[in-house]
Amino acid sequence: MTPVTNIKSPQELAELKQKALAAIENGCTRVLVCGGTGCMANGAPAVFEAIQKEMEKQGVKIKVDLLDESKEDAVRLGYSGCPGFCQVGPIVRILPSDTFYIKVSPEDAAEIVEKTVKNGELVTRLLYTEEATGEIFAKRNDIPFYRNQVNIVLAECGIIEPEDIRDYIAKDGYRAAAEALFGLTSDAVITEITESGLRGRGGGGFPTGVKWGFTRKAQNAKKYIVCNADEGDPGAFMDESVMEGNPHALLEGMIIAGYAIGADEGYIYVRAEYPLAIKRLKTAIAQAEAANLLGNNILGGPFSFNIHIKEGAGAFVCGEETALIASIEGQRGMPRPKPPFPANSGLWGKPTVVNNVETFANVPKIILNGAQWFRGFGVEKSPGTKVFAITGAVKNTGLIEVPMGTTLGDVVFKIGGGLRTGRDFKAVQIGGPSGGCLTKEHLDLPLDYDSLKAVGAMVGSGGLVVTDEDTCMVEFARFFMQFTQKESCGKCVLCREGTKRMLEILTKIVEGRAKLEDIDLLEEVATAVRDGSLCGLGKTAPNPVLSTLRHFRDEYLAHVVDGKCPAGECQSFKTYIINPEKCKGCGLCAKKCPAGAISGELRQPHTIDPEKCIKCGVCYDVCRLGAVEL
Amino acid sequence: MSQSTTAADAGSTARRQFERIQAIIQEYGATESALIPILQKVQEEYRYLPEEILTFVATALDLPPATVYGVATFYAQFSLDPKGKFIIKACDGTACHVRKNTAVIKAIRQKLGLKDGEKTTKDMRYTLDIVSCIGACALAPAVVINGKVHGQMTADKVTKAIDELEAAEKGEA
Repeated sequence: MTPVTNIKSPQELAELKQKALAAIENGCTRVLVCGGTGCMANGAPAVFEAIQKEMEKQGVKIKVDLLDESKEDAVRLGYSGCPGFCQVGPIVRILPSDTFYIKVSPEDAAEIVEKTVKNGELVTRLLYTEEATGEIFAKRNDIPFYRNQVNIVLAECGIIEPEDIRDYIAKDGYRAAAEALFGLTSDAVITEITESGLRGRGGGGFPTGVKWGFTRKAQNAKKYIVCNADEGDPGAFMDESVMEGNPHALLEGMIIAGYAIGADEGYIYVRAEYPLAIKRLKTAIAQAEAANLLGNNILGGPFSFNIHIKEGAGAFVCGEETALIASIEGQRGMPRPKPPFPANSGLWGKPTVVNNVETFANVPKIILNGAQWFRGFGVEKSPGTKVFAITGAVKNTGLIEVPMGTTLGDVVFKIGGGLRTGRDFKAVQIGGPSGGCLTKEHLDLPLDYDSLKAVGAMVGSGGLVVTDEDTCMVEFARFFMQFTQKESCGKCVLCREGTKRMLEILTKIVEGRAKLEDIDLLEEVATAVRDGSLCGLGKTAPNPVLSTLRHFRDEYLAHVVDGKCPAGECQSFKTYIINPEKCKGCGLCAKKCPAGAISGELRQPHTIDPEKCIKCGVCYDVCRLGAVEL
Repeated sequence: MSQSTTAADAGSTARRQFERIQAIIQEYGATESALIPILQKVQEEYRYLPEEILTFVATALDLPPATVYGVATFYAQFSLDPKGKFIIKACDGTACHVRKNTAVIKAIRQKLGLKDGEKTTKDMRYTLDIVSCIGACALAPAVVINGKVHGQMTADKVTKAIDELEAAEKGEA
């Protein structure tokens, strides 16, 4: 691939855009294999290779370089970012017809190339079928999962090749930066962002423009832009997908922010658990530097800006901005009291803006389309869209983007497709270990900052974990407490000791050793930790406990008073036995048991040794006769 | 110095190690802000952070050894204990938890003969790390075996995956 080098002016950028766009929209077929973490793990590389081999075998000309004029009529094959619908991966998308193939395996490659790539026909069995109605969808945008979404941040994810800067430029990439740097004053940029009403997508929801305004006013020759990409919430992967699928959008947002506040240097703090995102960001930075979109005198103008990557080392608390700053400086990632806020004293004591990935990715769109356009989405006090990662017991897992204020019910049932288990919806944990749970009574609740806050939950980073009747809410709260207890940095006594004590009590409850007064004690400790901790981690750590106590107190009581786990999940209340009347002695369970706990003669009823049994439930799942009982 | 190695051994390995460490420090620069990247690189080389190397890094960066030790023990990514030849990372994110990863983790422990709290097998062959969310939530429960993500695991599938790894090893040997 010939690199894009040294674009000398906004004019040259516009010319390159026209050229790249024409090359993309020349009517030739394009094959995009999803290159997101999910699909890559699910076998996308093998699919890619198989398609490439088949194209060569069947004599289809392949174009690797977008601007290769000798191959104008060739098919372009590449990896896209994550289109979000991870549940049905690996995904192969064919343009311009926008054919959307799901669960593709290498064996399908020959047919895809023969039928779709060469002749424009559909391979029906690879199309998405709506289970309930049997309806088949050929195009991405018709699928119910996508139909009910509005894509601003994710608009280019899955359409562009993240490792080719020209793809991004063709989609108006860096035009917002050019317009800001050459056509707007710093104050005008801040006014536009403030008027758009954009609020921090990392969870806090602080108005981005106001934050920028404070930092701009701070008197200092050196200022920094920091991108918080330490997406530590378990069950959340939206920032990962943006970095993997459209890394240049993040860089562009940071450049504009740098220009607005007067910073010439930026850091992206990415968690080390995202190796693919780090790789794509590094590629994107190198390409932007070569193209003169990063570095000294961007696009030939007076503004200079450099971006560095800092890899996190595994500490959830580093999602808190002051802890993150300490970590970039090379110290233990411990939060410090605010004020002073980073806007006045941040990285190395200099004025610093800290925003998360999704916030920065919104910025170029707002500059291009204007604040009023952005306000056209979402609700009055929370304009725009929000990306959520929806996982758990729901049918369609993946990444979704909806206008702020979309109701919980629409997200779970219209987009998520309802529960995959055939069980009843029980609750949604929103905002990860710091968030709260929403129940059936909240299905009509609009998802935006203020509505969620009013019911004691929060948008958080946007993780939505759906649970069904089979999930024990006490065990669920215990799981989150185990997480926050492990991740507490230890600075505040209440958080350090309180999370430990809460975990002990919750463990006692799920193991059936608790007394009634333990529940009161739990509530008391939770309140104390909430009120007595310095940073967001401690302040919100009791949220899962408090919100499950509020909505599912009867489940707590069932464990303590009746000695039962209503969801049937807690293992202390559970024993597997084989019903000798039903068992035909096929030996399947004994073969599958990972603990070797099942024994018996062939064609004779088997038995489970309770000492050896690890209660994994494999025997229960494999028995065709239903002889394994609880 | 670790007491498990003999003095002579420690002498020659240490010299070799320090040359490599010196190169790493030069690559990132001997400043405090480079401490975490340096430790990450060291761990990549040795699969853990040997104590004598921590002291060496502290001297080179002109930091108290306590500061370096503090950073090394603060972050989950760093290990002060040697790790096994094969590393199995079981994701313990929410989505994996909701989709019953506990059974998967128990099956791995059972298969490798690891007691609760043990991370590495006695023969130094396997290390089991329970890690926070790896971002493959849609494939929950997920297990990373030797850097490869295995999605939608069950107790049965993970046991098989380890068997396959063993079989492949034997085939190569």
